[in-house]
Amino acid sequence: MKETQVVIVGGGPAGLAAGIEIAKSGGQVTVLDENKKPGGQLFKQIHKFFGSREHLAGTRGYEIGTKLLEETKELGVDVILDAPVYGIFEGKTVVYSKDGKQHQIKGDKIILATGATENTLAFPGSDLPGVMGAGAAQTMINVNRVLPGKKVLMVGSGNVGLIVSYQLMQAGADVVGLVEAAPNVSGYGVHASKISRGGVPIYTSHTVKRAMGDGEVSKVEICELDERFQMIEGTEKILDVDTICIAVGLSPMSEIAWTIGCDFTFIPTFGGHVPKHNENMESTISGIYVSGDISGVEEASSAMEEGRLAGIAASESLGLYSEEKAKELKGQVWNRLNTLRDGEFGEKRKQSKNVQISRYMEDANE
Amino acid sequence: MRVVNHPILGEEERKEYVTIYYNGKPLNAMAGETIAATLMSAGIRKFRKTPKYKRDRGVYCGIGRCTDCVMVVNGKPNVRTCVTPVEEGMSVETQIGYGKGEE
Amino acid sequence: MNKGVKFTGVPSMEEIKGCPGTPGEERFEKGPVVSIECVQKIPCNPCEAACPFGAIEVGSSITSLPKLDEEKCIGCGVCIPKCPGLAIFKIHKNYSEKTSMVEFPFEYLPLPEKGDQVPCGDRFGKYIADGKVLDVKNDKKNDGTTLISVEIPKEYFMGIRTIYRG
Repeated sequence: MKETQVVIVGGGPAGLAAGIEIAKSGGQVTVLDENKKPGGQLFKQIHKFFGSREHLAGTRGYEIGTKLLEETKELGVDVILDAPVYGIFEGKTVVYSKDGKQHQIKGDKIILATGATENTLAFPGSDLPGVMGAGAAQTMINVNRVLPGKKVLMVGSGNVGLIVSYQLMQAGADVVGLVEAAPNVSGYGVHASKISRGGVPIYTSHTVKRAMGDGEVSKVEICELDERFQMIEGTEKILDVDTICIAVGLSPMSEIAWTIGCDFTFIPTFGGHVPKHNENMESTISGIYVSGDISGVEEASSAMEEGRLAGIAASESLGLYSEEKAKELKGQVWNRLNTLRDGEFGEKRKQSKNVQISRYMEDANE
Repeated sequence: MRVVNHPILGEEERKEYVTIYYNGKPLNAMAGETIAATLMSAGIRKFRKTPKYKRDRGVYCGIGRCTDCVMVVNGKPNVRTCVTPVEEGMSVETQIGYGKGEE
Repeated sequence: MNKGVKFTGVPSMEEIKGCPGTPGEERFEKGPVVSIECVQKIPCNPCEAACPFGAIEVGSSITSLPKLDEEKCIGCGVCIPKCPGLAIFKIHKNYSEKTSMVEFPFEYLPLPEKGDQVPCGDRFGKYIADGKVLDVKNDKKNDGTTLISVEIPKEYFMGIRTIYRG
């Protein structure tokens, strides 16, 4: 059986950043990813990222992805693609399939960076072809360069809904509107302003009543909601659309962490149940780290920082960094993470992260 | 419909095509793209029919998680078309229920 | 009508006038200047470094709103394509006796050409008035963000922010 120092499950922004940090410290690392290309969901993000200019703010997501891959290559990080991991067994043995065969790799440490998956929304007709995840539409237009439809209704005003609406317009689709059940826009105002300038009406306190069409979407009925989120009769409006994109949040992809017995805690801000972890991103199982969306849904910038943190901590525990050096490096990452979790949108995530870490500590003290 | 020119990504640079067969009908596919991308570029969005009520389904998540887009590919059912690349001469068929041979 | 960016997705005039990135009314009279319509505290600071004159300050907490020093700003517009939020606009109120010039970021196709008469829209994308395209800057270093400047009737210098896309 193949052995290495660190096995990373998932080659998106968090997993690659973790791999880079381990390689930098001189550690041996293997990244496993089920996709045929590394980078996770970074390559469909064609907008310029926020953040601090020292850390690639103002650079488009796919260009950040390209930089990560270059660094991965330069440092000689071993990346195995087309290799879905389906279990971790005793002694930190990671089992994956490749070319139709089962393979095993044993690591001293494991970092789980499996990401998140899009939530769905149930309404009559929500199973019709043409109703799709906003992220799926984003993959179609920006990676495959194929328009999923010509007239789109977006559901959800978080940053995903706002950004994908904008990118659908950039790809040549007509976004006929965006509905949001809450009375306010939940994503960044600057993203909302972009689509507003493009003429997209934002219907707050609205929801989808039903999707209509013969075998695929051709119309949608939306209606207004009262302050208790109940549909107000008589406010229905029918819009001609061929596509309905659902952007109602993401859930951490945590199956592997559950199966190996990591302790979880429920934090709605982060998309539901997330593994408890400490300031090193280490889960309640010693030597198993989590980073990126699995440890709480945020965005690519914080996923990369969490990956770095897990990588540095894993290297430290392998003896590749002195305690002092590791402390300095981790401090730098924490400063950047705190910056990303600041301001009117970030504050709640900062508090939630503190809760998540304190719940780990409570367990540890018992 | 394909996005030929894009304000950020620029002009389409890929030039290599392969042919796949959708329910026997030839389709032009961009080499290396996913089956789902080829079908959607041709305006095809009904990928399978559900086992019980035979309702049409298509792409939902687009990243290999939800399995709503599975079809019969080269005779093999339950292939996730959103993460499976096209190959020259590939046969792609609408999946009815659980796929051929299992009903 | 516009209750503010959290409800409509578009900052209200009060929010814009109250934010530290908006020049005062007198400054608009004096010549070209940028207006940074950034009204929410998000972690972001590329505008600060973009300015060659040190006219934009975000500071050590990158969620602070960018503050424009209207004396230092000469209205060069270098910061416009650097803003990931596409929230910076260049305004030359007294472009001529009856017209103003507004420059904005634009990331769609097709692009207009210099000299074209184009319909112009406000922050909601609503048609306001026709304008004349003065320049289309599609510099490679701006990474796909094109800068378009239009000459418009002076009364709309605070209203027009885009090409009307129909």
